[in-house]
Amino acid sequence: MITMKNVHKTYSNGVTAVNGINVEIDRGEFVYIVGPSGAGKSTFIRLIYREEKPTKGEIMIKGIKTAEMKNRDVPLLRRDIGVVFQDFKLLPKLTVYENVAFALEVIEEVPDKIRERVMEVLDLVGLKNKARSIPDELSGGEQQRVAIARAIANRPNIVIADEPTGNLDPDTSWTIMRILEEINARGTTVIMATHSQEIVNTIKKRVIAIENGIIVRDEDRGDYGYEI
Amino acid sequence: MKFRTLQRHFREGAKNIVRNSWMSVASVGAVTVTLVLVGTFVALMLNINQMAVKVEEDVEIKALIELTADEDEVKIVGEEIERIPGVNTVRFSSKDDELESLVEGMGEQGQAWALFEQDNPLNHAYVIKAKNPQDTEQIASKIEQLDNIYKVNYGQEVVPQLFKFNKYARTIGVALIVGLVLTAVFLISNTIKLTIMARSREIGIMKLVGATNTFIRLPFFVEGLLLGILGSVIPIAIIATGYYYTLKNVSGQTSFHFVQLLPYSPFVWQISAIILFIGAFIGMWGSGMSVRKFLKV
Repeated sequence: MITMKNVHKTYSNGVTAVNGINVEIDRGEFVYIVGPSGAGKSTFIRLIYREEKPTKGEIMIKGIKTAEMKNRDVPLLRRDIGVVFQDFKLLPKLTVYENVAFALEVIEEVPDKIRERVMEVLDLVGLKNKARSIPDELSGGEQQRVAIARAIANRPNIVIADEPTGNLDPDTSWTIMRILEEINARGTTVIMATHSQEIVNTIKKRVIAIENGIIVRDEDRGDYGYEI
Repeated sequence: MKFRTLQRHFREGAKNIVRNSWMSVASVGAVTVTLVLVGTFVALMLNINQMAVKVEEDVEIKALIELTADEDEVKIVGEEIERIPGVNTVRFSSKDDELESLVEGMGEQGQAWALFEQDNPLNHAYVIKAKNPQDTEQIASKIEQLDNIYKVNYGQEVVPQLFKFNKYARTIGVALIVGLVLTAVFLISNTIKLTIMARSREIGIMKLVGATNTFIRLPFFVEGLLLGILGSVIPIAIIATGYYYTLKNVSGQTSFHFVQLLPYSPFVWQISAIILFIGAFIGMWGSGMSVRKFLKV
């Protein structure tokens, strides 16, 4: 599903964030990306949905080399990768319903199907009754659930979550984790960067630890491994 | 792109005006103010031009024929004048006609001239109009060279200056209009750009969700178009009513009899169309171009 071969990323300001990463992530896996702040986790994730291009090395997503991809084909890649962020990244002036529907309008789905699917995913994240609210009227946890609903609306193969629980209290975090597990159980690959020792140590999954731009540890059902 | 997606863009563009209500008010305000200025100025210029055209059309050449010329020679002169390129109409005015118009033109005092009816000292004349008033001087000089022409009058003292003045006035007017429209474009697109800058984060989010540039951009085009149209409503109303009252006041006053304004219809419809077009075009262009900047993420 995702293959990285000797990937380097140096930003234009000279900072090297990723310094030779080799990794393979298969379909249906659930992977935690852990490591100290500034270790390169976010860059690693941005490389996957091609917010960034590698300066060296090769990234293949579903057999396609992202570096060789034309800019106008990037939206097609993004439609197969749902993204969830710490700051939710919802469109502030759209209702919950419209935010989720946006992902389906982009792929020019028929209106009936859009309605059906939006309600389906809102039901999955437990926000069917908030469809008409705007993001500001929701709590952080609710907003994050909307973001997840949007990320999975067009049934992507991959869901990427960059510290999805970073801004949430523990209870809400567990709700978010249950939803991500549920998505993963349906066959979607989930890649999640996190700082939560508790989550990683409780819900045991594959753990990839990144430090100074390289993978220092990659184990199935691993621990968080850092003291906080 | 599918038709329903296009519908979606129109719906979305219209909704965005409501969603960003204050930004919309700012943009519509900028469009309104500049279009009132542009519209007023264009109306003024078109009317000045109209007056200039009217004055120019009144310019005619009077060619007086030698008293010694006999009937055949007079006829030949007429034919020769008609053959000069650029001549539009040639009207013969006999010496009796000339006397009559002279008597009429002088009013009471003119009666004294009536005595000459028995022995008319005036010349036969041809009254000539040029196809293009600017050619008057040139045609007049050609007529002067013909045989049996006594004298040619066309207001030599004022006509060249009049044409020169009109030419300058037109050039300056066009330059001012172009300048004003460019200023309007600049002002409006800048206002719109500011409102879009505030939404650059939203544009970034749309890209993350997999929207193509076209998909993001089209609703902005629609939004700009609608803002432009909304912004031209007030200027059109102001100019339509303003022109109505100007016409009413000016046409009633005898002291303004030389001021012949363009009739209300179709002039007001034409200028409304111009304003609407400028508004719609600038709105659409300004917003479409501004978004482009934020799409390169």
